[in-house]
Amino acid sequence: MAAPIITVERLSKHYRLRTEAGPRYTALRDVIAERAKGLFSRRRPRATMEEFKALDEVSFTVEAGDRVGIIGRNGAGKSTLLKVLSRITEPTKGRVTIDGRVASLLEVGTGFHPELTGRENIFLNGAILGMSRAEIAARFDEIIAFAEVERFLDTPVKRYSSGMYVRLAFAVAAHLEPEILIVDEVLAVGDAAFQRKCLGKMESVAGEGRTVLFVSHQMDAVQRLCNKGLLLHQGRLAANGPMQEVIKHYLQRNAAAEAEFHFTAPPDGPAAHATSAVIEDGSGHPAPEVPIGAPWRVRVRFTVNRPLEGFVIALGVSTLLDLPIRTTWSKACALEPGRYEALFTSDGIHLTDGQYKLIIGLSEQGRTLHYLPGPATLSISDVSDLAGDSRIVNNRSGLLLNQMETAIQRIS
Amino acid sequence: MSKHRIVLEPGSSDRRYWQDLWTYRGLFGFLAWRDILVRYKQTAIGVLWSIIRPLLTLGVMAFLGWLFESSVPGDTPRLLLVGAATLPWTFFSTAFSESANSLIANSNLLTKVYFPRLIVPASTVIVCLIDFLISFAILAVLMAVYRHAPGIEILALPLFLLLALVTALGSGLLIAALNVRYRDFRYIVPFIVQFGLYVSPVAFSSADIFGSARIPEALKLLYAMNPMVGVIDGFRWCLLGSSVQLYLPGFAISVGISLLLLAAGIRYFRRTERGFADVI
Repeated sequence: MAAPIITVERLSKHYRLRTEAGPRYTALRDVIAERAKGLFSRRRPRATMEEFKALDEVSFTVEAGDRVGIIGRNGAGKSTLLKVLSRITEPTKGRVTIDGRVASLLEVGTGFHPELTGRENIFLNGAILGMSRAEIAARFDEIIAFAEVERFLDTPVKRYSSGMYVRLAFAVAAHLEPEILIVDEVLAVGDAAFQRKCLGKMESVAGEGRTVLFVSHQMDAVQRLCNKGLLLHQGRLAANGPMQEVIKHYLQRNAAAEAEFHFTAPPDGPAAHATSAVIEDGSGHPAPEVPIGAPWRVRVRFTVNRPLEGFVIALGVSTLLDLPIRTTWSKACALEPGRYEALFTSDGIHLTDGQYKLIIGLSEQGRTLHYLPGPATLSISDVSDLAGDSRIVNNRSGLLLNQMETAIQRIS
Repeated sequence: MSKHRIVLEPGSSDRRYWQDLWTYRGLFGFLAWRDILVRYKQTAIGVLWSIIRPLLTLGVMAFLGWLFESSVPGDTPRLLLVGAATLPWTFFSTAFSESANSLIANSNLLTKVYFPRLIVPASTVIVCLIDFLISFAILAVLMAVYRHAPGIEILALPLFLLLALVTALGSGLLIAALNVRYRDFRYIVPFIVQFGLYVSPVAFSSADIFGSARIPEALKLLYAMNPMVGVIDGFRWCLLGSSVQLYLPGFAISVGISLLLLAAGIRYFRRTERGFADVI
C-alpha cells in the first residue's frame, strides 16, 4: 500500500472560553475596558479566559480508499476535527498532511440563497463546494434527476418544500468528484427513502475507490458505509480500528449500567415534562441489569404544570442502533397540575441479552409536550439461568426470545 | 498525487495563499453573480432602481450645491460638476459599506467551507463596480444632453477609478476583518459614510476649500488626507477638462493614504483571517 492519503500527527485545537457570563461576541468596549483594567492592576486580561481542548493530541492515518466513520458523543470533537481537515479553522498544535483534493460537506445546502432558483443555486452551490462551471454543467442533468426537482428548476428555492430543498442540496454535493470527501451528519435530514438513496450514493462513491470521512450518530449508517472507525472522547482518540470494533467500544463506553435516570426540565417550559425513570425488577427494586426472561418495570415520574386533557405517556424500546422494537401508550386521560408517576410493566415478551434504549414521550391531544429520545438504557444480562421463562431455549435466536405456537401433525 | 498536497499546521496557510486565490477565481465570479442576481428579485421595477437611485442622488446634490452657492468653474453645468463627483463617491460608499459587512453576511459560508476569505469582500466591490458602470452611462447621457465633450484627460479616468477601488477595498477589508470580532463596526460604518460625504467635494468643489482664505492651512492638509478628495478631483478633471484645477500636492497625499489603507487592510485581513471561523 502506498503512503497514507491523510496523516494527522498530534493534532490539537484549543478554544478560549470566557469563564464569566458575558455577551456572546466581544465588543470593542470590553477590550478597551480589559486593557484599561490591565493598566491599573497587574492582572493580565487573559486570566479570565479558560482553555478548552476541543481536540487533544489526536494522531491517525487514513489510507486511500478507506471509508472512515468518526463517532463519539456530542462535544467529543468530531465536528472540530472535520473543520480542521477541511481547512475552515486552523490547528493550535500538530500537523495534518493531505494528499488529494478535498471536498467537504459539513452542512446540506451551504450557501443556498433562498431568492435564487433551483438552477441558479445548483451552480452557486457547486462553485462553493469547489466545482468549476464546466464540471457542474456536465453533471447538471444527473443532479436534477437525483434530486427529482425537474419541474421546479426555475422556482426560487424559498418556495421549495424542505424535502425538495434537502434533496437538491444533497444532489449537488453527491456529484462532487474529489479524491477525499468529508461529510458531517447530513443524513439526519430528509425522509427515510431519501436517506437510503443518499447512503446508496455514498456507498457508490466509496466503491469508486475514493476516500470518505463520515461523521454520524446513526450507528447503522456508519456501520453500513465505513470499514474503518475513529472514536473520539472528550477531544482524545479513544479507539481506532475496524468499524465494528470501534462501534462496540463506543456502545460499551456509552451505556454504563444504571438503574436510575434523571432528566433536566426542558428550557421551553412545556405543560408537562418527565423528571426521572427507574428500571426495576419484578419486586420493585432498582435493577441496573435485568436477567433474561425476568420481569422488569419502568417507573417514569413526571410533572404536570397546567390542567391537561387527553394526556398520553408513551414508552418506546429500541436497540442501540436505533431499530425500534416496540412502543406502548397509556390511555388518554385528564390530569390536574401536580407530580405523577407512570409504571410500565413488562409483559411476556422477552428481549435477548444486551442493551436497549428507552424512549419516553409525553403528549397532549397528539401534540408532543416532552420527548426524550433514549434518555435511559435497559440492560438485559445473560448471567442468569434462563429460568425466568422456561420456554426460552436459546438467547442467540433473535431479539425476541418468545416461542411461537408450533403444531406438527401428520397429513399423510 | 503530491500536486494537491496540503500541509495544515498552525500558521501554515501563508505560502499557497495567492495561488489558492487564483484557484478559487470561479467562486469569486459566482459570488458577485449571486449578489447581482439577488439584488432586484421580487421588486416591481427591478433594474430600473439602478438608474433611479443615482439620478435622485444627483438631483439632491446639485440642488444643495446651488443652495449654498458653491463655485462652478467656467461654463460647466452644475449638474455635470456634481455628477462627476457623485459617481465615484457612490461607488466608494457602497463598495466600502457592502464589503465591510460582507463577511458577517456570509458567515454561514465562512464556518462551513474553505476558500481564501479575501474573495468575499473583493466580490462585493466588483458588484458595486457594475453599479458604477450603469451610473457612468447615465452621466454620459447627461454630458451628451449638455453637449459637453470630454477632452483628452478622460483617458486617465481608469486610473482614478482604480484609486477609488483601492481606497474602497483597503478600508473595506480592514473594517470587514475588524467587524468579525468587534460588531461595533457595524454601527461605525454608516457613520463613516455619512461623515465622509460632508468632507468630500461632492456638493462643493475642492477649489472652494483650497482657494479659501478663511480656512487655516492645517485644516486644508487634513482635508487633503481624505483619499476620496483625490479621487473626486481626478474624476472632475478627467470628465470636465482643464476648467477644473487638479491640486497636485493634495492629490499625492490622497494617493499615499489610499495605498497605505490597502496595505494595512490586506495585512490585517490576512493576519486575522485564519481565526474568522472561530470567532464569527
